Amino acid sequence: MTAQTSTAHENYYVPEKSKMAVMATIGLVLSVFGAANVMNDMTFGEPGVSSNSKFIMYTGLAVFGATLFAWFRQAIRENLAGMNSAQLKKSYVLGMGWFIFSEVMFFAAFFGALFYVRNLVGPWLAGEGDGGRMNHLLWEGFQFSWPMMQTPQEAVGGAGSQLIANNGTFTSAHKSMAFAEASAWYLWLPLWNTLILLSSSVTVHIAHMGLLDNNRRKFNLWLGLTVFLGVVFVCLQALEYYEAYAHFGLTLNSGIYGSTFFMLTGFHGFHVLMGTFMLAVQLYRSVRGGHFTANDHFGFEGSSWYWHFVDVVWVFLFLFIYIL
Amino acid sequence: MFSGLELENYSMSLNTFKRLLAFAAGVLVTLPGLALAAGGEKNALNMPVGVTDVGRSIFDLHMIILWICVAIGALVFGVMFYSIIYHRKSRGVKPAQFHESTKVEIAWTVVPFLILITMAVPATSTLLDIYDFDDADMDVLVTGYQWKWKYEYLAEDGESVAFFSNLSTPQAEIYNTDGKNENYLLEVDEPLVIPVDTKVRFLVTANDVIHSWWVPELAVKKDAIPGFINETWTRANEIGTYRGQCAELCGKDHGFMPIVVEVVSKEDYAAWLGEKQEQAAKVKELMAQTFSLEELMARGKAVYERNCLACHGARGEGGVGTAIAGSPIATGELGGHLEIGINGVAGTAMQAFGGQLNDVDLAAVITYQRNAFGNNMGDLVQPIDVFNYKQG
Amino acid sequence: MGDHHHGPAKGLSRWLFTTNHKDIGTMYLWFSFAMFLLGGTFAMIIRAELFQPGMQLVEPAFFNQMTTLHGLVMVFGAIMPSFVGLANWLIPMMIGAPDMALPRLNNWSFWILPPAFLLLASTLFMEGGAPAAGWTFYAPLSTTYAGPSVTIFIFCIHILGVSSIMGSINIIATVMNMRAPGMSYMKMPLFVWTWLITAFLLVAVMPVLAGAVTMMLMDVHFGTSFFSAAGGGDPVLFQHIFWFFGHPEVYIIILPAFGVVSQIIPAFSRKPLFGYDSMVYATAAIAFLSFIVWAHHMYTVGMPVAGELFFMYATMLIAVPTGVKVFNWITTMWRGALTFETPMLFCIGFLVLFTIGGFTGLMLSIAPADFQYHDSYFVVAHFHYVMVAGAVFSMTAAVYFWLPKWCGKMYNETMGKTHFWISFIAFNVTFFPQHFVGLAGMPRRIPDYSLQFADFNMMSSIGAFVYGASQLLFLYNVIATIVAGKPVSDDKVWDGAEGLEWTVATPAPYHTFEVPPKIDPAHAHF
Ligand code: HEA
Ligand code: HEA
Ligand code: HEC
Ligand code: CUA
Ligand SMILES: [Cu+2]
Repeated sequence: MTAQTSTAHENYYVPEKSKMAVMATIGLVLSVFGAANVMNDMTFGEPGVSSNSKFIMYTGLAVFGATLFAWFRQAIRENLAGMNSAQLKKSYVLGMGWFIFSEVMFFAAFFGALFYVRNLVGPWLAGEGDGGRMNHLLWEGFQFSWPMMQTPQEAVGGAGSQLIANNGTFTSAHKSMAFAEASAWYLWLPLWNTLILLSSSVTVHIAHMGLLDNNRRKFNLWLGLTVFLGVVFVCLQALEYYEAYAHFGLTLNSGIYGSTFFMLTGFHGFHVLMGTFMLAVQLYRSVRGGHFTANDHFGFEGSSWYWHFVDVVWVFLFLFIYIL
Repeated sequence: MFSGLELENYSMSLNTFKRLLAFAAGVLVTLPGLALAAGGEKNALNMPVGVTDVGRSIFDLHMIILWICVAIGALVFGVMFYSIIYHRKSRGVKPAQFHESTKVEIAWTVVPFLILITMAVPATSTLLDIYDFDDADMDVLVTGYQWKWKYEYLAEDGESVAFFSNLSTPQAEIYNTDGKNENYLLEVDEPLVIPVDTKVRFLVTANDVIHSWWVPELAVKKDAIPGFINETWTRANEIGTYRGQCAELCGKDHGFMPIVVEVVSKEDYAAWLGEKQEQAAKVKELMAQTFSLEELMARGKAVYERNCLACHGARGEGGVGTAIAGSPIATGELGGHLEIGINGVAGTAMQAFGGQLNDVDLAAVITYQRNAFGNNMGDLVQPIDVFNYKQG
Repeated sequence: MGDHHHGPAKGLSRWLFTTNHKDIGTMYLWFSFAMFLLGGTFAMIIRAELFQPGMQLVEPAFFNQMTTLHGLVMVFGAIMPSFVGLANWLIPMMIGAPDMALPRLNNWSFWILPPAFLLLASTLFMEGGAPAAGWTFYAPLSTTYAGPSVTIFIFCIHILGVSSIMGSINIIATVMNMRAPGMSYMKMPLFVWTWLITAFLLVAVMPVLAGAVTMMLMDVHFGTSFFSAAGGGDPVLFQHIFWFFGHPEVYIIILPAFGVVSQIIPAFSRKPLFGYDSMVYATAAIAFLSFIVWAHHMYTVGMPVAGELFFMYATMLIAVPTGVKVFNWITTMWRGALTFETPMLFCIGFLVLFTIGGFTGLMLSIAPADFQYHDSYFVVAHFHYVMVAGAVFSMTAAVYFWLPKWCGKMYNETMGKTHFWISFIAFNVTFFPQHFVGLAGMPRRIPDYSLQFADFNMMSSIGAFVYGASQLLFLYNVIATIVAGKPVSDDKVWDGAEGLEWTVATPAPYHTFEVPPKIDPAHAHF
């Protein structure tokens, strides 16, 4: 290694060759290729024809998962070995920050869709803006409200009676997720979910304080609690989905209400799952490996940022999906 | 300075620059110059002025912005070519080192801004004109289908008139086995007919995918969105035939769904409408009749060629759609065939023709499919059968 | 461990496993050129079919696939990766960094691209053929009316998104964190600035595109109704989301090109860039405006008039910062000591033709006029002026400009100039007549047209074949240079060039700036 001539600029650790990228590529490409074919079999395929799509998809996911595992393990080991300069650590920090920004924009697309249909499309279909001509000619009888409890298709009497070509049957739910339709406030799952997620943001923060105080027990305890809350959240969310499908008639086919509901809560739930997993890994590292010190714990801090992000998204979800 | 090579090799002869200059100047001058001279049908260089007041203001607006851009371009490129010619190293000039000047920067921010305002003013007023849908004298519902247009006169009184307008250019011309006629690809079997000097409001929608209804000379272009109705209007000042095309990619035959609008005198329009209403009444009568196989086959062939051929092929060999020749549906029991013909197949290009063709035509085309292309079912479908099937 | 002193590994593993920004940059550049040839081949098929009226070579359905793949491959396969390649090569060298901030991630960003395009190309052989709904893939033509290839296509877009986002995060982290001491933001070369802002745009809009295709996936396979009115959705919703991505995307394409031109024009004018600060602000202004103009692609979808006006005014405003850039370049040339090596020629070509494309863009932004222009060949002419004569010309200029630094050899200048002149003339022959046919009423994305358009289309096709052939000359020149070019020994290849990349040895060693360079505090900017 070159002797450092500039004190402001520590030696930046540039890894030598690495197989990670290529392995991750193989995994990713196999998974999406498999997944695409699974979906095509489902929609376009002949029933009963066996295909190896699922096998390809699972193989891909396994390779991808294993590579990510190896990749992160290596990054952690490098850090433990003291190879990471302060500057490199800052690169990780920046990387995580901008990654979260990209996630924000991903959710923005779905929120944008939600606002657009709620504030513009719904009223248009119901006759606003053109003296009711559109409603009269195409969707006679459709009235708009949110949650949308009758699709335009149902308003005119089903796919056979609509004037546009039939590209699917959209049957509304008979009960929505709104507070007004819950049988009792304490049976309204979204409320509990909100409480859980909000408090988990607090617990993860307390865990962080513990780490800063060099109090490992406090850290482990509160981080464990956070992970637990995350798991509970996911379970309640699963319960909610079960209710939606089994008792409310609320499905992906329930018109735009079902579409936006499941898209937003689904991706959020998936992110909670990821976040929980990430925090669980950090917990494992702390408990089993004694990783993290008061001034070097970005693995944990990055995960906690992610967790806060997921929490903020939920607040918006709670507002715009469940309450307003 | 790079090694081994003389700088002289890298500067260009003045001639080259004159050529560059001449070319750019040529380009700049020919566009608007030729544009002004234009107007002819063949090799037209510019937007047609059209036959409506809105079209006229759009055309004027277009020319204003064009000339402003040309003027700015002449200035900017003029300065650039001046430098290119006079500030060349090979002329021995020493580079000046000036840079940054807040005054200049402000000037070239503010001046373009002001120019933009002068463009925005007429643009705004024209746009508001285009959006003035009120007080229309009549409404026509325009529906885009893959790959044809349906026109429906929303009349308050009399029999309502609705018909499809299909490309009428023969396949032979398209596939170069026959010479092309002058209206190649811009001709239809039944044009839209509207009266002159009348504000016609078009309610534009689509059945399947997005299309766009565009007639340049009427200064109308509006997307046809399935499930929504967009409004637009025109008031033609001159009698004549105006041609346009679908302007939004809508699948395979997007290039083959033209629009022809006949603007006729008010009297001719009234006569035409009366005739159409009579015809509609006649079809109603036909519905009650019984036809022979020959009659149905003759009518069915025509209907097939207009409506089904694009997907199922001239010989029933298939294409976008499945083959009809030897098809298990067309040679199977009648109910299945009626079902597909009337209700289509959801999620495929096979549309529900029950809403597009009248019962007579449906009966004819289904009979035709069962007895043509080597299919030899021998059975025939009467309009009443179709009617009954629709009733369930 | 971290030993930077040996050179590249031997054989294939050098490329597969590399973490070196120069290797990765090289791979990006070659890959994008291959995609340029592929997309160009599709364009040649389009132009051949349009050579004469009547259907001659391909069927309409296949024609639509060609148009779609041409747009997709050019935008996502050729232009974007080419500038990422340039960024990889140059940004670390320009800011005095040893490498990119996250080298392994960098390699991954590259390596997921080739398989993604392989998958996309494979759809040509699928039942129903490749996607055929245009590069803008409007629903529902691209969803419930499309075949199984759309699923593969959607996942390809996801992968491209991942690649772009990871690549951009890397660039942002590099620029924010790896500048040599003393290289303040307002000293960075403009190419670095434009890329920083481009990377920000990418991180902001690629996820939105991913969201759009995810909704498509749900509509196709899982019965949702985002884009179907029958369920309360709206096909136009797709367009809003697409163009929220799509409009910034076109500036993603052009901003790095602006950066390149801002490096090259001062070099051959031997004079500093006229207004460095205002160039930076103008870039930022363009980026900001690009988020609030998207619906100018949708004037005819039936938006309320207020929306129409808002998007028209906002779009027109973009002419102001873009004008600032154009004026700056010209004032930089003013009273310089100009020479006209190939890179400069391509920059001048860029300047003239991009400005013309910008003017037509401005015309398109005038909503009432766009009711006539929209979806006609006038639009096709507009965007090829800004994308081919804009992005491709500047990319070509960049290759000629930095190639001697990359490989230590000088290209053949005569051949370069020939390449320029053929390109410049053939480009105009190809795309200028498209303004005329567009104004006269020829819609885009049609495989056949009426007789009045025949002459100009034939001209356009001939131009396109010549333009295409001239790219082979370019390819030949580059390969000949790498294999047998005349060695250059000066570190500073061009006498007027400025910047840290010209201070390292020629050819640039495998590792540069392991020790950060000393930056002269008196130096205004690079
Ligand atoms: C590199 C890519 C690029 C760039 C830089 C631009 C730049 C611009 N574009 Fe373009 N555009 C595309 C790529 C690009 N475009 C593509 C791909 C499409 C079609 C997509 C599809 O449908 O497939 C498209 C389509 C498109 C449309 C939609 C057309 C339609 O479908 O109906 C519009 C409408 O407003 C538009 C406007 C503009 C404007 C105002 C600019 C401005 O940024 C231009 C600004 C520049 C100048 C104006 C010139 C220099 C300025 C001066 C010299 C100052 C003084 C000038 C004045 C005051 C006039 N573009
Ligand atoms: C940056 C992007 C980019 C680039 C570089 C190009 C480059 C070219 N494009 Fe375009 N184009 C688009 C982006 C781009 N394009 C987009 C986004 C669309 C819209 C798509 C849509 O509607 O959805 C479009 C659409 C489009 C159309 C309209 C199609 C239609 O509406 O149906 C046409 C027609 O002429 C065209 C032509 C060309 C030509 C001739 C070139 C040439 O510059 C290409 C030159 C390059 C080569 C030819 C390759 C090199 C040479 C060889 C491979 C050797 C073989 C060839 C010979 C020997 C001749 N393009
Ligand atoms: C826009 C394209 C298109 C047009 C126009 C079209 N069809 Fe079809 N047709 C299809 C497609 C696609 C299928 C296959 C549907 C499927 O996947 O089951 C089909 C299938 C059929 C079948 C079933 C054949 C079989 O064996 O599966 C019949 C019968 C049929 N069409 C009749 C008609 C008639 C009658 C018309 C005209 C009045 C017509 N079609 C016009 C696209 C079209
Ligand atoms: Cu209908 Cu294009
Ligand atoms: Cu745009």
